[in-house]
Amino acid sequence: MNLRSIVEALQLEVLTGDDLLDRPISGGYISDMLSDVLAHAAPDCLWVTRQAHQNVIAVASLLGLGAVVLVNCPIPAALIEKARAENLVLVQSDRMAFELAGQLYALGLRGCRRD
Amino acid sequence: MGEQATFEVSYTVEGADFSIAGEGAARLKRVLQQVGLPPALVRRIALATYEAELNVVIHAYRGVIKARVSSALVEVWVEDQGPGIPNVELAMKEGYSTAPDHVRALGFGAGMGLPNIRRNADALKITTVVGEGTALYMTFAGPSSEV
Repeated sequence: MNLRSIVEALQLEVLTGDDLLDRPISGGYISDMLSDVLAHAAPDCLWVTRQAHQNVIAVASLLGLGAVVLVNCPIPAALIEKARAENLVLVQSDRMAFELAGQLYALGLRGCRRD
Repeated sequence: MGEQATFEVSYTVEGADFSIAGEGAARLKRVLQQVGLPPALVRRIALATYEAELNVVIHAYRGVIKARVSSALVEVWVEDQGPGIPNVELAMKEGYSTAPDHVRALGFGAGMGLPNIRRNADALKITTVVGEGTALYMTFAGPSSEV
């Protein structure tokens, strides 16, 4: 499954990286703890979080994640700038994380854990 | 990378500056990618270095990241001037953290940093003096190592 099909199916708002939507997505991971993501999120997965600050971009970029999905939170301009500079896909949704996760699962996406 | 090539890089880290936290690890990652180390190895090094760098940002006043890179071995030192770690055994325990609340609010302080480092490095040595600072020494076997 590629990012574009997910973005279109769930009508997510793309904030940065709309030229990178053809990349494949390996699964999904939800956490607001950065070390948890560093420990367990697999490359090319979607990371769903409501932590909206620049360290999220640093972690996602470091791991080579497929996209950061910010749910239900205000997004500072500096965060968007950082995502753009790192060539990272940043999308947002007004849905609650629980509902969004259910919809991603219904699309066929599964949790992706790296051990 | 060439069999004989060995090089060193170093980056400074400022305590408490979360706006650029992780820059050192990101720069090291780019360098390691450029010399062509395998992506999985680069990810392990970057991840361990990031966790160590964040520990400096969270707990210390300032620090430095140094790396010596060859195709056989990657060594990374992260050394800080800071409070030191009173009980290293406790600090290595998953879930134990002394991070303050404003840091936890950013999603840090899960007590997973040092365990993450140990899991990703092939070897980890911690030297610490309370009231002076902490030095981490991590090694990663490179693609041309025998092991």
